[in-house]
Parts: sequence; structure tokens; C-alpha cells
Amino acid sequence: MSPLVKIENLYKSFGNSDVLKDISLEIKKGEVVCIIGPSGSGKTTLARCINFLDTCDSGKITVGNDLIGFKELNGKIKPLNETKTSKQRRNIGMVFQKFNLFSHLNALENITIGPTKVLGTNAKESVDEAKDLLKRVGLEEKCYSYPSQLSGGQQQRVAIARALAMKPILMLFDEPTSALDPETVGEVLEVMKELARGGMTMIIVTHEMGFAKEVADKVVMMDHGQIVEIGSAEKIFSRANNPRTKAFLEMML
Amino acid sequence: MGNLNLDIPFFFEYLFNPPDILLYGVWLTISIAFVAQTLGVIGGLFVALLRMSQRWWLRELGKLYIWIFRGVPLLVQLVIVYTGVAAAGLYKYPDIVIGPFTLSGPMQAAILALSLHEAAYMAEIFRAAISSIDRGQFDAARAVGMSPITAMRWIILPQAIRIVIPPLGNEFTLMIKGTSLLAIIGIRELFGTIQQLNAATFRTFELFVIAAIWYLILITIMGFIQKYVEAYYSKHELPAQQNFKKKYKSRNLLSNNR
Ligand SMILES: Nc1ncnc2c1ncn2[C@@H]1O[C@H](COP(=O)(O)OP(=O)(O)O)[C@@H](O)[C@H]1O
Ligand SMILES: [Mg+2]
Repeated sequence: MSPLVKIENLYKSFGNSDVLKDISLEIKKGEVVCIIGPSGSGKTTLARCINFLDTCDSGKITVGNDLIGFKELNGKIKPLNETKTSKQRRNIGMVFQKFNLFSHLNALENITIGPTKVLGTNAKESVDEAKDLLKRVGLEEKCYSYPSQLSGGQQQRVAIARALAMKPILMLFDEPTSALDPETVGEVLEVMKELARGGMTMIIVTHEMGFAKEVADKVVMMDHGQIVEIGSAEKIFSRANNPRTKAFLEMML
Repeated sequence: MGNLNLDIPFFFEYLFNPPDILLYGVWLTISIAFVAQTLGVIGGLFVALLRMSQRWWLRELGKLYIWIFRGVPLLVQLVIVYTGVAAAGLYKYPDIVIGPFTLSGPMQAAILALSLHEAAYMAEIFRAAISSIDRGQFDAARAVGMSPITAMRWIILPQAIRIVIPPLGNEFTLMIKGTSLLAIIGIRELFGTIQQLNAATFRTFELFVIAAIWYLILITIMGFIQKYVEAYYSKHELPAQQNFKKKYKSRNLLSNNR
């Protein structure tokens, strides 16, 4: 079976600092991949390149049938404009460290706005779906609350529901619990575990090692813009080869 | 004090029992201000988008616009747009008939000049508002697959509009005062009407105090409406609203910048 996500030789720099250096990674449908590594190693940038929120300098990213950000025509590769790229992003959900809920919309509207304005789903159907999703993340009683009225953990669960409403084939998470109060981390991780059990393909940047150990099919260790080690959770957490991985894990535990 | 020349009964008569032409002048002031402000908001949004375009030459064009229309005094702009343009034979401002309304040449020029001028100020307000919206809002809109236009329409503008409301009230107040300049091109709005009455009665002091009272009434009503609208929109204060307050200082109502 061909992989759902294929990243080939990705390079990216900001000014003269090389942030991603030759990243290649394949992810099968239904796989949960956790990306770990020290701060500044390029994890956020990698996640943002996958749905083209940041553009890479060179390399190829394929998600499903889409070559992200480009179009292949008669063997030639041409860049897509932002409007065309936005169509490819419909299939890829993203959850941010700082939630980024639309601050002028309530929880329900945050979830329905994508389907209604992007997919053209009718209002009633999208509201029904949004209510189901809010129920799934345990927030059915918060339909009409605005982001400013929700705790961090609640906001992040709404953000997950918002991404799911687009029926994505891939979900990206960029440190979804790093900005949360410790007591609300658990509720968000629980929702993510449920998603993983449901067979969603997920790429999760995280510092929650216990969570990674539990849900990851594959753990990717990044440092200085490179992948230094890839392996099963069991291998990375108990028999890591690379000294940088070992040093990082020792520091985390 | 023997030659004190005040006609108190005249004053009260004109204050409490204003002639129809005066009421019409007040109405004209309000309606011109309203139309010009509306067009200024639309134009301002457009110029703000130019100003923030990805293309450098559109940004420069936006900058140039703002530089010119904020830099040249409104009175000078008004005379160029009406008298100048007509004198040079560029455009003669023929009457425009829209249904039952006839828009005279001076009215067209007045609305055009006020709108163009206002657009420059609104552009800076919109720009400050949009730039005070967190980058994360743009990221999230793109991540759910919104095209730039969809994101602008449903995520960015609704937030920007709320932020813009307080300075917009301020701008409208200045606009009402600014319409008094229109008398120079022969429009009989509030000030022009007072001038006309003065030419017939020579009760200069009484009449211009009445004009002042009318402006104060209009500005005070405006202040109440603005307070009410602001209270309504501050029920869920957006994070961007706090950013905006740091970024943008309203034009001072007391400063003489019209
Ligand atoms: N928009 C940007 N402009 C310039 N440098 C950036 C930008 N975003 C990230 N970087 C730099 O890229 C490097 C990797 O950042 P990031 O991907 O956020 O790492 P991580 O998520 O692993 O902490 C850092 O050195 C950071 O300073
Ligand atoms: Mg990061």
C-alpha cells in the first residue's frame, strides 16, 4: 500500500538559518506519528510545511493524491496559488499550540464556519454535525460559549472538533497541550487517544512522552532541523541508538 | 454698552421655531455626512487592502493615496475637485438624476471630495485594525481550507469591523463638522443656510450661535449613539481590540485637523 503522507527531501530556511535539512518521512493510513525533539529543532515548521502554511524551499510533500502546493502537468511541476492550495488544505486538519479559535464566533460557529463557507454544506446539516462533534469532545453544553469564556483545555477540544468537521484524511497537531494548565492536559489527550483508536492518521508534535509512548506507532526524533532517529515507540523510548535521542529523553524524564 | 446690538427675540424665534430652510440645511448636513462616511469606509477598506497587498507597487499606490489625501487640507481638495476640475474643463458635473432625486454638481463634488478624503483616514484605521488581529487567526482560517477571500470575508473583516467602530464614531463626528466647509462651493447645508439667512437679516452673532448650537446637538446625539454601540460590541471583547488600542490613536476631536 502506498503511504498516505510522503515527505521527500524537504529543505527550509528562514534567512540564513536552515530550519529543515533534508527531511524525508512516510506515513501510512491510520498511523499515529509523534514528533519529539528539543525546542527550536524545527518541529513546528515541519508541521506547517505539511499543509503549506509555511512554504518549503525544496522537496516534495504528497498527502493522499495531492502534491501539496504544486501541480504536476505533463511531467512539469508548477506552484499553485494560495486559492488552489487552500483547496488541498481542506483534507488536512490542524490543531495549534495556541488553539487559534476564531475569537468573534462561538464554539458552534467555530465548527460550522469551515463546512458552510468552504465545503458549501447547508446550515442545518453542519449544525447537527457540529453538535455531534462537540458531544464527542465532551462539550455539548458549551455550544454557545465564546472562546474567551472557555478554559484552555475546552478551547483546544473545540479546535479539534473544528478541524474534524472538515472530515480530514490527516490531522496535524503542533504541541496541542503545551499552552494548557496541567489540570486540563488530560482531557485533550483523551480526545486525541479516542481519535487514534478511531483510525485517524495523525502527526503529533508533543512533549508528552507518556502519551507518545502510549499512542504512537512511530516516533520521530528531530534535532537541529534533521530527523536523527525514527522507530517504534518501544524502540525509541527503551532502546534508542542515537546519543542525541538518549540525551533528550533523559532530560525529559 | 449703548450700542449693544443683540436681537434676543430674533435669536429665540430662530432657535425654537427654525424656518424650514434651516431644518433642510440640518438634514442636508446629516445626509451628506452619512453618505460620504459610508463611501469613505468602503474606499478606506479598499485602500487598506492595497496598502497591505503582497505586491509592492500596490502597497506604494496605497501609501501615495494616503499621503496625498491626508496631507492636503480638505478645503483645498474641495476646491480642486469642484471649481478646479470644472474650470480646467475636465468635468462639468452635470446633474445626475436617480429616481426622484437630483444630485447637483456641487453635491456630487462635495460627496466625492469628502469620501476621498475620509477614505485616506479610514484606510489607516482599517490597516491598524487588521494588523492587530493575531497571526493565528489567519493561520487557522487557512488551515480549515479557506481561500484568502473567504478568510477575509468571514474571519478577518468581522473582527476588524468591531475594532473599527469606536474610531469610526470619532470619524463621523469629524465628518459632520467637516461638512461646514461645503458652503464654499455653494451647498446650503447647515452652515451655508445660516450664511444665507445672515445675508438677508444681518443678525450675524445670533445666527452663528444658532449654528454652533445645532452642531453641538448633532455631535452630542452622535456621542450617545457611539456609546451605545460600543457597549454592545464590548460584550465579548476580542483580543485584537486590546492590541488595536495600543496601535492606533484616534484623531483628536479638539485638534484642528480638518
Ligand atoms: N517565521 C520565522 N521566521 C524566522 N525564523 C523562524 C520562524 N519560525 C521559526 N523560526 C526559527 O526556526 C527554528 C525552528 O523553529 P520551530 O519550527 O518553531 O521549532 P520547534 O517547533 O521545534 O520549537 C527556530 O530556530 C526558530 O527561531
Ligand atoms: Mg514548536
